[in-house]
Amino acid sequence: MTEHVVIVGGGTGGTVLANDLADRLEPELDAGDVRITLVNDDHDHVYKPVWLYVPFGQRELDDGRRPLEDLVDDAVDLRIDRVSEINTESQQLESMEGNDVIEYDYLVLATGSTLESDQIPGLTEGGHNYYSESGATDLRDELLSFTEGELVLSVIGTPHMCPAAPLEFVFMADDWLRERGLRDDVDITYTYPIQRVHGNPHIAEWARPIMEERDIQVETFFNAESIDAEAETITSMEGTELDYDLLVTIPPHSGVDLIEEAGLGDDGWVDVDKHTLEAEAAENVYALGDTADTGVPNAGSVAHYQAGVVGQRLASEIRGRPATATYDGKTLCFIETGMDAASFVEFDYENPPSPAPPSQKLHWSKLAYNESYWLTARGLL
Amino acid sequence: MTDIEPDDTVDAKGATCPGPLMDLIGKIRSAESGDVIRLLSDNDQSLTDVPEWAEEAGNELIAVEELDDHNAFYVEKA
Repeated sequence: MTEHVVIVGGGTGGTVLANDLADRLEPELDAGDVRITLVNDDHDHVYKPVWLYVPFGQRELDDGRRPLEDLVDDAVDLRIDRVSEINTESQQLESMEGNDVIEYDYLVLATGSTLESDQIPGLTEGGHNYYSESGATDLRDELLSFTEGELVLSVIGTPHMCPAAPLEFVFMADDWLRERGLRDDVDITYTYPIQRVHGNPHIAEWARPIMEERDIQVETFFNAESIDAEAETITSMEGTELDYDLLVTIPPHSGVDLIEEAGLGDDGWVDVDKHTLEAEAAENVYALGDTADTGVPNAGSVAHYQAGVVGQRLASEIRGRPATATYDGKTLCFIETGMDAASFVEFDYENPPSPAPPSQKLHWSKLAYNESYWLTARGLL
Repeated sequence: MTDIEPDDTVDAKGATCPGPLMDLIGKIRSAESGDVIRLLSDNDQSLTDVPEWAEEAGNELIAVEELDDHNAFYVEKA
């Protein structure tokens, strides 16, 4: 009998896993004992970290897009479609375009994050972001002509993609404005929803003094409640109001509705065993990357490492062996601290991060990784 | 055991910081004034995070219940 593995989502986690399985299960695929299907609702694979650089004019959107068919092994059936319903009892998916049922023996959900700007009144009208393609280009157009006034970056809720990116943006903006001789005319304010500047206390302790040195104002316990685009003010649930001339926000995030509708978890995140990545509410279902509610950052490196674990576990199960591979929370992040310096952190469930001293070498390492990312997507790096 | 009847409960057991507080904030965001939200958390950091945020935001932490393997925080939205 042919075992059918269906992966939903062609971001980092889904694409790396599809290629990992194609390599790992090559004999079974050749023999027709296994089929792998990757379902994605876009022909392209998108590498989102590129968007951080777009507002500063350093990258173009096309730098972060490649056709999935160029990245995914030919042994994988690529299906451009949107899954509309998951039935874990009958092990079936319904799709929008194909208007038919996809049966699976093993299902992996890698559906990622979606932005929920509508949750905050005025956010769509008043706030810019670099967490979408249109947002990044709109922000670029604003930033290039911004020469004086109040620049506010507001993190509106967690979890969100790339927890380091808000810090990176204000550090880069500070440096970029200094280089252009504009920093004295621009005040930068950074807001965060809890009592420190980052969710991870070790990264927060590292970042706070850098913000003080660079005269980046900080507002903690700031949970945006509404934005008045006309008056150019942002107000928090805690009663603080800030004026802005340019507002950059990290919009609220959620997963996708069909996960909650399938009873797999709240807000579109799948409840999983954080070591095995198996769904808690259904058999033969895994989740990885942003989709898996593990408490680790929503980051590409997490999806990458988790894909390796799920690949090993699925191969073991298909071969009738005990699945022993586990995820230990491993996360790697470069953190830009300016236009030509970056730090680096590595941590897991047991070991906290210890940010490296910022250096130009680490900055170039980050840029080099961004260029070689396509090897990661292909399963080669 | 408290006899407070919450209007809604957020089960954040197993979540790491700042997950429990953010889950509470998310629920308070959509609650009506006067609603009582119960947060279940087994993260010790919540013992300081929740009271500090409640005070900052003007909401009232009306009870903290110590249970076997977690705490229950009852917060009334202002």
